[in-house]
Amino acid sequence: MKRHSKDELAHDHNHDGIDRRGFLKCMAWAGTGALCLMNGGVLRSASLSGRSQEAARSAADLSFVQISDSHMGFNKPANQDVVGTLKAAVEKINALPNPPEFLLHTGDISHLSKPEEFDTVEQILKSCVAKDVFYVPGEHDVINDEGAQYLERFGKGSTGAGWRSFDKKGVRFIGLVNVMNLKAGGLGSLGTEQLAWLEQELKGLSTSTPIVVYAHIPLWNIYPEWGWGTEDSAQALGYLKRFGSVTVLNGHIHQTMQKVEGQVTFHTAASTAFPQPEPGKADGPGPMKVPAEELRKLLGITDVNFVRGQQALAIVDSKLT
Amino acid sequence: MKTWTKCVYAASVLGMFVAVGSLFAKPAHEKETGTEAKVEVEIDNFAFSPQDLTIAAGTTVEWVNRDDIPHVVVSDDRKTFKSKVLDTDEKFSYTFTKPGTYTYFCSIHPKMTGKVIVQ
Repeated sequence: MKRHSKDELAHDHNHDGIDRRGFLKCMAWAGTGALCLMNGGVLRSASLSGRSQEAARSAADLSFVQISDSHMGFNKPANQDVVGTLKAAVEKINALPNPPEFLLHTGDISHLSKPEEFDTVEQILKSCVAKDVFYVPGEHDVINDEGAQYLERFGKGSTGAGWRSFDKKGVRFIGLVNVMNLKAGGLGSLGTEQLAWLEQELKGLSTSTPIVVYAHIPLWNIYPEWGWGTEDSAQALGYLKRFGSVTVLNGHIHQTMQKVEGQVTFHTAASTAFPQPEPGKADGPGPMKVPAEELRKLLGITDVNFVRGQQALAIVDSKLT
Repeated sequence: MKTWTKCVYAASVLGMFVAVGSLFAKPAHEKETGTEAKVEVEIDNFAFSPQDLTIAAGTTVEWVNRDDIPHVVVSDDRKTFKSKVLDTDEKFSYTFTKPGTYTYFCSIHPKMTGKVIVQ
């Protein structure tokens, strides 16, 4: 019987370079800070050993970090020091071997849309090595004022409710807003205006342009009962279908989750404030209280490295401990 | 009919009357002070309790947030009534004067829905 090395592609039924065994292994690693790199159809792994990670990172043409759900202002038992945990996240970022060029914050920056909450986050992030931060709002950032305050602070260079598109070293970043005009009983919503803008934005790009889409609420239906999905994301994903490498980065669910579908890698980040239960494992998606010594293991940052020529971006989640 | 059987029969008929009668009893939490009536809706675990509420016109409904996460009470049309953001223990009241069915939701967690039927 032909023996395959552990990480070699054994069955590539969909011809998408993903082998089920390798994929499942990658899923198991996702929460542990391991690296999944795809190179020429082979899903390879690098454990958390510093040297192999460094090798992967040193090959990176572009590095950035995603943080999410800082919920500044939250002060209930699940975490009574969200300032401290956000500062710990910044320390973690500053200690990365490949300093990130910028940060993506995928929303719920504040807890109650209060000015002082936004102020505090901006202040804390000033001590990050990455000076540029690109935000998208979470539903907690647009309370009471239809997002007026959010736009005033973070909307420069954006369109509509705060969506934007920018290029970094040939990678196209697209920030989407799916927390406005939510309907009773519904999920996240992109809206027709934003979808039309997205379609137009993508038109001129070649299919080999790596795309990174970031938005607060997941663009895939993780658990609709808890509002973990977006009503009209299918249309957006339709526009992205032709591209060879698409990475979708979301927050909102306060836990890491990853899914690969063809050329699209979906990933959600942990919160820097408090964890939430896994789908269906509690009455509701509220803050999950854990013993004090466990908290920082369930909070984290996400380091993303792009190596030109590799299909998928290397996404590494790290806990705050 | 034997005496014992008569007793059981009578008791069950009485029991039925009590059971039917309790359907018309006022909910325990409703208070009446003069002509005003106030009913409480509790918000907890991402849900409104009771989710469906039937009240008389002129009743005030008071939503109390007992959850550890903020919620915003908004009528579906986003016009009829709209609370500011309610953190834990904060309240919002609205007096329903006109009969009708009022559906509402939490505007930051739209999967949370409720209904007030005003008679």
